[in-house]
Amino acid sequence: MHELSITQGILDIALTNAGARKIKKINLVIGQFSSIVDDSVQFYWDIISKDTLAEGSMLHFERIPGEMTCRACGHVFRPNGETFTCPSCSSISVRISKGNEFQVESIDVE
Amino acid sequence: MSTRIPIIEKIMSANDSIAENNRGILDRAGVFAINIMASPGAGKTSFILKTLDALNGRLKLGVIEGDLATSIDAEKAMAAGLPAVQINTGGECHLDAVMLADALPALPLQDLDLILVENVGNLVCPANFQIGTHLNVLIASIPEGDDKPYKYPGMYMGMQALIINKIDLLPYVPFNMEYFQQGVEILNPGVTVFPVSCKTGEGMDAWADWLVEKVSTNRSSEK
Repeated sequence: MHELSITQGILDIALTNAGARKIKKINLVIGQFSSIVDDSVQFYWDIISKDTLAEGSMLHFERIPGEMTCRACGHVFRPNGETFTCPSCSSISVRISKGNEFQVESIDVE
Repeated sequence: MSTRIPIIEKIMSANDSIAENNRGILDRAGVFAINIMASPGAGKTSFILKTLDALNGRLKLGVIEGDLATSIDAEKAMAAGLPAVQINTGGECHLDAVMLADALPALPLQDLDLILVENVGNLVCPANFQIGTHLNVLIASIPEGDDKPYKYPGMYMGMQALIINKIDLLPYVPFNMEYFQQGVEILNPGVTVFPVSCKTGEGMDAWADWLVEKVSTNRSSEK
């Protein structure tokens, strides 16, 4: 149920950057480790963007899958949800290299 | 015809700036604050009350209780003699910076050393929302299972200290400590861990000593 406040944050950022121009599309980059439900954001978006310059605009979600990099052998892999061990060399010395993204990357305006 | 405006702004930036402001209010009053996160039933309220016992008067403690609708937890804290404020989120699954900003004036900040903020019981998103405290502490508990770091990596990444509660249940519940700690170590290398039992009091002294040290270090860095 946290999508309403997130959606409000997205709208504020979009309106601040749009100047007086009509907003057509908001491009979001969301990593796998950021908990957010697209459909829920879209639902709130249609409600809270009404009567603003963003009314009728489209949300575009670029989803970044979670990715880990092994510090021992350099192997890059996607965690399977049960273990973070490197599937190549079995090392547990790994770091998250992708999946924390949570930002408005750009907006398209008229 | 449309024009693309590059922005690259974190979606949480508005919340984060209010959180920053909250931290300023706390620092000016000389109060250290901790955001306590955990799933429902991990023992957050018991842990806060046990912390009060273990501190044994060494720090003046205040409590902010976040909950969807009830004030049960704040009443327990007040019954224990703590200044407490209840935040009802009205269904929101986490606390955010605005909620903390609204709650802070209800506590006697000048008279306190430490505020423990009990976040809403939820392992999905509270770590995504900075509220302005100095530290995020996560309570895991033995009956929840040893796979939680793997299932909720965001929470395990977003903490600065980990409490493992209900260790008195280890003989009765299947819990692979090595597997659990492996996940923790990968997500949050070198994080400080306190195994405790709120039931027996085991481990609470080490946690209380650490808290006293943290509050004192924060004070001296502010001066």
